[in-house]
Amino acid sequence: MKPSEQWSTLDGTEAAASVAFRTNEVIAIYPITPSSGMGELSDAWAAAHKLNIWGNTPLVQQMQSEGGAAGAVHGSLQAGALTTTFTASQGLLLMIPNMYKIAGELTSTVFHIAARSLAAQGLSIFGDHSDVMAARATGWAMLFAGSVQEVMDFALVSQASTLKSRVPFLHAFDGFRTSHEVNKVVPLSDDQIRALIDQELINAHRDRALNPDKPFIRGTAQNPDVYFQGRETVNPYYAAVPGIVEGYLDRLAEQTGRKYSLYEYAGAPDAERVIIAMGSGIETIEETVDHLNASGEKVGLVKIRLFRPFAIDKFVASLPSTVRSIAVLDRTKEPGSTGEPLYQDVVTAIAEAVASGTSKLSGFPKIVGGRYGLASKEFTPAMVKAVFDEIAKPEPKNHFTVGIFDDVSHTSIDFDPSYSIEMPDVRRALFYGLGADGTVGANKNSVKIIGEETKNFAQAYFVYDSKKSGAVTVSHLRFGPRPIRAPYLIEEAHFVAVHQFGLLERYRPLERAMKGATVLINSPFGPNEVWDELPVDAQEQIVKKGLKLFVLDAYKVAHEAKLGVRINTIMQTAFFKLSGVLPEEEAISLIKKAIKKTYMKRGQAVIEQNFAAVDEALKHLHPVSVPSEVTSKKPAFEVIPEDAPDFIKNVTGMMIAGRGDEIPVSMMPADGTYPSSTSQYEKRGIATALPEWDPDICIQCGKCVLVCPHAAIRAKIASQEDVAAAPTGIQSAVPKWKGMEDGRYILKVSHEDCTGCSLCAEVCPAKDRTNPEHKSLDMKPHVVAKGEDTEAWDFFMNLSDKPKSSEVIRYNTLKNVQLLRPLFEFSGACSGCGETPYIKLLSQLFGEHTIIANATGCSSIFGGNLPTTPYTVNKEGRGPAWANSLFEDNAEFGMGMRLALDAQNDRARKLLQKMEPELGSELVDALRAPVVHEVGGRNAKRVCVEDLKSRLRELGSDEAVSLLEVADSLVEKSVWIIGGDGWAYDIGFGGLDHVLASGSNVKVLVLDTEVYSNTGGQASKSTSRGAVAKFASGGKRAPKKDLGRMAMSYGNVYVAQVSLGANDAQVLKAFLEAEAYPGPAIIIAYSHCIAHGIDVSHGLQQQKKAVDSGYWPLYRFDPRRVEEGLNPLQLDSKTPTLPLKDYLYSEGRFKQLIQADPDSAAELLRLAQEDVETRWAVYQGLAESLAHQVE
Amino acid sequence: MKLSTQYLGLELKSPLVASASPLSKSLDGIRRLEDAGASAIVMFSLFEEQINGDQRSFDHDMQFGTDTHEEARSFVPSKGSFPVTPESYLEMVRQANAAVDVPIIASLNGVNKGKWVEYANQLEQAGAAAIELNLYKIASDPGVLAAEVERKLLSVVRAVKAQVKIPVSVKISPFFSSLPNMARGLSLAGAQGIVMFNRFYEPDFDLDNLEVMPRLTLSCSDDLRLPLHWTAILFGRVDADLALSGGVHTHLDAIKAIAAGAKVAMVASELLKNGADRLGQMEKAMSHWMEEHKYESLNQLLGNMSYLRVADPGTVERASYIKELGSFKSEMPAFIPQ
Repeated sequence: MKPSEQWSTLDGTEAAASVAFRTNEVIAIYPITPSSGMGELSDAWAAAHKLNIWGNTPLVQQMQSEGGAAGAVHGSLQAGALTTTFTASQGLLLMIPNMYKIAGELTSTVFHIAARSLAAQGLSIFGDHSDVMAARATGWAMLFAGSVQEVMDFALVSQASTLKSRVPFLHAFDGFRTSHEVNKVVPLSDDQIRALIDQELINAHRDRALNPDKPFIRGTAQNPDVYFQGRETVNPYYAAVPGIVEGYLDRLAEQTGRKYSLYEYAGAPDAERVIIAMGSGIETIEETVDHLNASGEKVGLVKIRLFRPFAIDKFVASLPSTVRSIAVLDRTKEPGSTGEPLYQDVVTAIAEAVASGTSKLSGFPKIVGGRYGLASKEFTPAMVKAVFDEIAKPEPKNHFTVGIFDDVSHTSIDFDPSYSIEMPDVRRALFYGLGADGTVGANKNSVKIIGEETKNFAQAYFVYDSKKSGAVTVSHLRFGPRPIRAPYLIEEAHFVAVHQFGLLERYRPLERAMKGATVLINSPFGPNEVWDELPVDAQEQIVKKGLKLFVLDAYKVAHEAKLGVRINTIMQTAFFKLSGVLPEEEAISLIKKAIKKTYMKRGQAVIEQNFAAVDEALKHLHPVSVPSEVTSKKPAFEVIPEDAPDFIKNVTGMMIAGRGDEIPVSMMPADGTYPSSTSQYEKRGIATALPEWDPDICIQCGKCVLVCPHAAIRAKIASQEDVAAAPTGIQSAVPKWKGMEDGRYILKVSHEDCTGCSLCAEVCPAKDRTNPEHKSLDMKPHVVAKGEDTEAWDFFMNLSDKPKSSEVIRYNTLKNVQLLRPLFEFSGACSGCGETPYIKLLSQLFGEHTIIANATGCSSIFGGNLPTTPYTVNKEGRGPAWANSLFEDNAEFGMGMRLALDAQNDRARKLLQKMEPELGSELVDALRAPVVHEVGGRNAKRVCVEDLKSRLRELGSDEAVSLLEVADSLVEKSVWIIGGDGWAYDIGFGGLDHVLASGSNVKVLVLDTEVYSNTGGQASKSTSRGAVAKFASGGKRAPKKDLGRMAMSYGNVYVAQVSLGANDAQVLKAFLEAEAYPGPAIIIAYSHCIAHGIDVSHGLQQQKKAVDSGYWPLYRFDPRRVEEGLNPLQLDSKTPTLPLKDYLYSEGRFKQLIQADPDSAAELLRLAQEDVETRWAVYQGLAESLAHQVE
Repeated sequence: MKLSTQYLGLELKSPLVASASPLSKSLDGIRRLEDAGASAIVMFSLFEEQINGDQRSFDHDMQFGTDTHEEARSFVPSKGSFPVTPESYLEMVRQANAAVDVPIIASLNGVNKGKWVEYANQLEQAGAAAIELNLYKIASDPGVLAAEVERKLLSVVRAVKAQVKIPVSVKISPFFSSLPNMARGLSLAGAQGIVMFNRFYEPDFDLDNLEVMPRLTLSCSDDLRLPLHWTAILFGRVDADLALSGGVHTHLDAIKAIAAGAKVAMVASELLKNGADRLGQMEKAMSHWMEEHKYESLNQLLGNMSYLRVADPGTVERASYIKELGSFKSEMPAFIPQ
């Protein structure tokens, strides 16, 4: 870490972690957005043997949940180590029980919190203060930082203060806005840190620890006689906290020159209107206050740094005596309260001060409370001005909201979005790109170059859309000669770069270009052709604002430099050239220096190719001469078709179009309920290559349909007459099904839903015998045009889902299953995702009678992240009903669903029995018949239920009405519990174990990627020995947990371990058996993942290698077989044939370690080989011994 | 019996050199080879593609998915230091050099001019005693002239040579129209040694799945004859040390190699099949054989069976070819017209 005289550009997580790492001895970690980065950095630093200020490397330990992390912290503190952790949101909630204990025992520690929303009507990963406010009763001190610099400074002040005060500290800063904003700061040196950490306080901390040499007990159970008094003992400690924090703030100022106060007033000394707030919003407010005062107004701001303990006297003293009107802004919501927490504190504080006569205020000011910025909702100077305007009114609105339009409770106050205080000397640049093209990475580099190599200050913030494939990123960069304090997005930019031509149409980036701005477009069209290709609104913006237009065919340059789709350095070079932030030559040399630094670990070849791209970029950059008139005939982009339901058009469509901020409260569902079947409206057309079908050599095996992660390739058998009327784009062949030869087999790709992952072509076994290079499915480069495939796809979708045939199709083979309509389609999962094919198969087989409980993680994000959901319905309108509760409780959540269904079914059956004389035995028997475990096996019963309902309506008796309420439950429903390995192996394992043990008839699908994929690839207990993952930077030392064997140990649980890429038929068998099994069943499904460091287009081959090497044995354990005198355990994979290292070292996650630490890698490989051999031997032995028992 | 020899200017205690193989992939393996008696160790090959392609594909795989989602802005540990293969290769050379007394010959495998040749210099810095440049090239384009193929290969040799002061040997394939001319070209380009020959990857076909199966088989003593033949031809005709590689499985194979004119006999398959200790056994048996046959030093043996003493090896060759065919025919059953 750098000495203090050097500036550094870093984000809030790095700022916090750098102090936490250097001032602690033990760090317990667990991933949760947006705090994961702090744990990742700590783990990586520990693996690199970086040191704390005492010359030791802290021990960094991952736990199974935040609850576990808090427990470990508590224990470590009790045993005398300086200990910390990082968390946010639900994670903080899980820590609350321990937090009460830690505070109650007056234990010094700091938790660093990237403050985030809590899951309520929906989950949100974004920033607000809901989580920390939920912890405010724990007895922890709370210090709020509002900027990246403050994060670094307050991390230290918190650490110093907790040691002195003995009150634990929660150091909070806004999730994403501060945790992920990159800004130029002065880092704290080790010496500066040492200057604030008093050694005798550390000694005292250790002296209070458990020690058998001088034993005592702590954590007693107390009775009514003393508990109350015991609780009151701590008051003096809390009373001392404000003074202690003030003291350390002063010492920080001595060391660094940066001065802060607990309650810091900024603005006119004689202000009449004052806003009180905390977090990053104070930066925006202060800048606006300065701006307003410069234009003659008299307004002010009190920045709340120390929220707990709330020091009334110091707070009141910070207010100017002239204040008449106060707005208290809370970034949280507490429904049903008299006001949000900060508002309540301010009202109470002022009331107490005025009542006691200690206030210097001239009277009791008007105080109103308002909510802003929930879940990273923008909070801009325009909103600040609106608040000041509001409190200038004689009767300002109380309990208002700002930033939204509330047409239900009318809480919102109006603001003028065009109001701006951007400084003229600050350059603003916007970059629209795709995640995959490296735009964000390049901008991080640019900010580092400008921030660290020039005198300029720089700020960067990155916004992503909610998709994991084809995600759009918008980078907001500001540069200027003075510190940049603008924690809000750029509305008007001097420079707008569009790194993907297609984004011009969909995102209208030029609307954010200021007059005369420079626009750079990555364009396949040259300077003379591009104008005619621009959408009409882009032309309008260019002409109206006099924009200076430049084009660069970055993909061409990237292709020539062998950079694939990564156009980052190319566009970055052009940006420096056009923006003139630096002289060209200097900029190029700095870019190259940055490239060298970034790619050093990747080798010289990678550096060279990037250098080549930089050199070529400028040669391909061309100005475009712009006509004076708009000439485009291209129609404006329509998101949603006219015939879509109103909700889709007015709400979903707005979100898809990036205009969700405009949706008023009245349009939003009040209880978090959203319609199914919406991903079909989000046609993204992101594929750059599509599979091309050759019907002549196709063997119609259905493998392509099975493995498609996005359900974008489908098969149907139609009649010849149907096909005769088919539009262009529909190909067909004679069906290879007995008795259906007179129909036509159609295989269809939805161009606008395909992501171009190529798994279908990879899995296709049908090769041209005369030219094996050519398969029935070949990937061909293709630029998807909007609407190019609509007619053909609609035609295909409108064909019957069931073949018109007298033959009865049983869906027990993959070939037949391809004909089943997927009820999970077009998710936003990563292109080539290894998880989604399993869910899609589940939806095809059981979707129409299934409720899904989904653990938080990748599958809940691609399953339920607004605007759309991939869960859909069949032609009868039935499909999976889906809900996500939490990360940790999914098994229990699913079991609750099972209990409810069983209770209703039980009631219905009892009523049925009672009413049998009236209803007749035939109907009642049919309704009581056991479920038929086949696709369509419930249809007969559904007909009976309809019959029953009409009979009941006719009867009209009380009993009839009661039965009518629960009649639908007579058609048996399945409950599938879905989640990843982070849930099943770690945080949810206790619940999963309990649910399996309960014998409840629930089905569990574990999508096992062997890491926490959704939060960026942190190790779980499913991670194998030797794999490098976040939180296991030095390679995981412990072996993988064998979840399947644990589940088998109950004896009454159906267990299967499967892999689609290795044995798809076994996958199908396992799903069918699990569903039919009359009790708990668990399927552990190998899911390849981009976190494995592989090219996911080869994901299925990797799966096969995993099985062939014995790394991932396939088996099914079916307790029913015991009754049949059979061995319950069937090993479905052969004795390993592939050396383990041939599999492991074909994946970056394992390969990384050979390069980082060959000796460890060799040792871990040896152990991993032993793990595999032992596991195989155990399974074989188990199979044999169980067989023996059966015999 | 003195078996010492000079190869590429290096003093070796015997002509038995461990050639590039997986045995040199670990420090333990390298130590084992020295203990078993290897007089020099050629490290496993660092491929041009590893320096270029692997870096690119590894970079691609590790970067894939970076900055695509708000929650998962990367998928690999951050701030870690993970050097890729060439760096770890350099480290291996460094460690090997420190761990053993015998010379470590680094092996670079590549055929195109490019930045990768700079690794030769780094290998020198890391302590390699020499560099064996493996020119593994299959000329498959009918439009490219033989002379063009040779010109390119020679330019690679010159480029590598320009990077280092340590000796460079070149390992080649037998597939040149005029191998002696190519050998001379190599020598003129600066190669101080010529290693004959590298083993080609000879794939097999999976006819059921219409796939090309990768296959690399180990050599046997029969494979000795091709390099033996060419060593005998080139001995004394090019200004470079010759090394024979491929088919050396017994002490007699090694002695034949020397007799044909090789300064060293390189061994790999035998060690992979039967263990590194075979080197010691071979050395002992060589000594024994030479004593038995009254040789006092290796130099007496060197090239004594080469074709140097024959006026026109080509003539001898055609004559022995005809002779051999004749002998083969005579063993065939007589053709009896029906």
